[in-house]
Amino acid sequence: MRREPPQRLVDYGPLVFPAGMLTVFFVVPFATMIAVSFFQRQQGGFYTPAFVFDNYARFLSLFFGKVLGFSLFLAIAVAVACVVVGIPFTYLLSRSKRNVQIVWLVALLSILSLSEVMIGFAWSTLFSRTAGITNLLVWLGLMEQALALTPSFTAVMTAMTYQAFPYTILVLYPALVRLDPTLTEAARTLGASPVKAFFTVVVPVLRNTILATLIMVFIFALGSYLLPQLLGRPQHWTLSVLITDQAIYQSNMPFAAAMAVFLVLVSLALVGLAFYAGRQKEAK
Amino acid sequence: MTALRRLFFFIVSLFLALPLIVVAGVSVNQRQSLTFPPQGFSLAWYGQIFTNPEWRNALIASLTLAALSALLALLIALPLAWFLWRRIAPWANIFQLLGIAPFTLPPVITALGMLTFWATTGFYGQPWTAVISHGIFFVTLPLVTLSLGFSAIDRSLVEAAATMGADDKMVFRTVVLPLILPYLISGYAFAFVLSLNEYIVAYMTVGFTMETLPIKIFNALRYGYTPTMASVTMLFLVVAAVVFGLVARFGDLPKLLGAMSEDK
Amino acid sequence: MSGLNLEHVTKQFGTFTAVNDVSLSVPDGTFVCLLGPSGCGKTTLMRMIAGLDLPTGGAIRLGGADITQVPTHKRDLGMVFQSLALFPHLTVGENIAYSLRIRGVAKDVQKARVDELLAMIHLPGFADRSVNKLSGGQRQRVAIARALAISPKLFLLDEPLSALDAKLREAMQVELRQLQQRLGITTIVVTHDQREAMTMADTVVVMNKGEIRQAAAPVDIYRRPADSFVADFIGQTNLLPVEADSAGRARVLGQAVEGLMLSAGATKGVLSVRPEDVQLTAPGNGAISGIVTFIRDLGGAIETFVEAGGQQIIAVSSPRSRPEVSVGQQVGIRLDPMTSVVLAK
Repeated sequence: MRREPPQRLVDYGPLVFPAGMLTVFFVVPFATMIAVSFFQRQQGGFYTPAFVFDNYARFLSLFFGKVLGFSLFLAIAVAVACVVVGIPFTYLLSRSKRNVQIVWLVALLSILSLSEVMIGFAWSTLFSRTAGITNLLVWLGLMEQALALTPSFTAVMTAMTYQAFPYTILVLYPALVRLDPTLTEAARTLGASPVKAFFTVVVPVLRNTILATLIMVFIFALGSYLLPQLLGRPQHWTLSVLITDQAIYQSNMPFAAAMAVFLVLVSLALVGLAFYAGRQKEAK
Repeated sequence: MTALRRLFFFIVSLFLALPLIVVAGVSVNQRQSLTFPPQGFSLAWYGQIFTNPEWRNALIASLTLAALSALLALLIALPLAWFLWRRIAPWANIFQLLGIAPFTLPPVITALGMLTFWATTGFYGQPWTAVISHGIFFVTLPLVTLSLGFSAIDRSLVEAAATMGADDKMVFRTVVLPLILPYLISGYAFAFVLSLNEYIVAYMTVGFTMETLPIKIFNALRYGYTPTMASVTMLFLVVAAVVFGLVARFGDLPKLLGAMSEDK
Repeated sequence: MSGLNLEHVTKQFGTFTAVNDVSLSVPDGTFVCLLGPSGCGKTTLMRMIAGLDLPTGGAIRLGGADITQVPTHKRDLGMVFQSLALFPHLTVGENIAYSLRIRGVAKDVQKARVDELLAMIHLPGFADRSVNKLSGGQRQRVAIARALAISPKLFLLDEPLSALDAKLREAMQVELRQLQQRLGITTIVVTHDQREAMTMADTVVVMNKGEIRQAAAPVDIYRRPADSFVADFIGQTNLLPVEADSAGRARVLGQAVEGLMLSAGATKGVLSVRPEDVQLTAPGNGAISGIVTFIRDLGGAIETFVEAGGQQIIAVSSPRSRPEVSVGQQVGIRLDPMTSVVLAK
């Protein structure tokens, strides 16, 4: 069958429902959100149509600068941690037997789909004083007394890495499976040890994949919303938390919308920047 | 090398399993306290999910939402993926992009967009708005699996059917649909499991009128600890593992996740 | 007007002309091979006959009716695809019955026809097998049976045997030709294998760059190629420059060849001589002289490479009449005007 352009009006038929749904329930809400970000907030949780920049002007405070800075830092840290561990792991996984691969993939998908609430709960349990990992250390005689490890930055960072790790592997997996195994074999025949072959052949060949994965995981981590709340202190709150807080608890929709628009712009800008950097490198 | 590799795999699996082992442990605790190792053994907290009306209602709400929204996602994705495969219409790719965007952006953005939309239209809090919101949010999953499925169909099969007298509709029914079925099912499975676990979009759209299980856990967490949280987490983990296990059993999971079919 | 008629059929993809002004008449019951190198337009031409591509110019008539714009599924064809395109989700029987099922034929009639076709392709009792478990040759036969299920007016095959190994391919060529003769069905095969075309076809249509270079019986194509492309593409040949001297005699590599004529008024041309028509003799006495550079004994034939006047000439002889020559030896070459063809340049 040769694909052909639609000839008659009927040929567009299948598009009607998907296009309609996506337009009405994604494009319109998105546009509504952008519109609301310019609206005037009224006391008591309402807002009136207007065109003001007040909501954006509030970003220019030190407080939001700090929150934004922390959100970006956290997302980058998580992305780097995941990719650094994820690449060798996925590489070895992709060279494993098919059955081993499938078991791992099922496990990773199950953890990936696990609700953020549940991951937060699981880690808060593991880091708790009464049921946590410190009890094990006490039992081993490494610690005097069990203690709570939350709330802390380490707890937030660990849980977010846990959440993003399966995602990282699933993003890396296709590229690594398709990687020509004769490349490393060639390196081996030329005298490289397996580890050396990995760093001198696999990593350079996958440079663009690695960059793309970093971006994907970065955006994924940027969306984490419950873990900073459940496992961190208020200074560990991210932009996502703040957006929800403003929208639901402070009933300040225009400000929440402005932050959301800002978050989209920041994500897109960083993606663009990273792609640009990748292409510059490529051109060299 | 093998030893090093084993150690590395072991550390990663320990990292991934440790929180779940602890949760599994506390879920069978006899007393309603957060202690590990568990004191005594009891499956009562699993029974709670089904006998306690609050947890049961949340479970029913979650299952209903997941079943319906995954279906909606499929109904949006199938004609779109078919059209993009069948026709040359570069501008229609914009809808593919729209279908993938909600899932790619930080979820809080889709959640807030939905919240403002439902609030503006006056439907805020209606249970069905969550179905539509999740349907749109998760349309990416069936869209990706179906695009993959369509691209795997050898176009000469369709041509062969045409030379034997089948028109477009019959080709779809007798050739395309049977070949796309595994991808249809796995797309539904992915959307179903993720909807079951989704928190923020559900919370922002119907959080004050309806409790899904993740919302219920979060609300309960604020007021302290109950072992039912642990048993629900385990239940969900098992459901996900069973569903993905079935997908792997009856479909080609490595291929679905982007690997080529011919590797061993 | 009966049979299949192509009238000035043209197909353009953007600025590229895949098929250029092709006219061809295929009488009922004949076996035609479209032959040419890859990219010559033969597959595009077949796809237009099948309705899978629409021509940008010209007309296609089948049994007198204009079918140029008729959609594929209303043409009542049988077609075998290069990939065979067996439906992987259907059994052998369901594959063969597909076109009957589409036409709403009763179940028991379908079954009877499937059994009949399975017997014809020597695979009785295969109806419930999975197509994925068949051997290459069996898949081939199933694809053929499936295409013939409705007894189509036109049987099209696109490189049907290319996936088979050499031995099986040869056997299938003979089988396919015998089947076609028994059924008397108008058949068109696309192939790039000239041996396949020679084996099966009533008419071989040689195509190049979107145009028909020659359409004739296999022997005529071989013995009387229309131009140097056809001569070179079909079998092995020696192409030598030929020119007329002042007396009007043809001269090849400096030697006049008695009895060979150029077309009236022409002073230059190309001579096509098949290797089996090149005679090696003692040098001198009016023969073209050359030096043996290489000898290849292929068991069934011996090829002798001779360099003469900067040209390489290959002579083939049977092992029984083995020439008494060795590499480096000077030999004479004689050309037979009866078997040499002068082509326009």
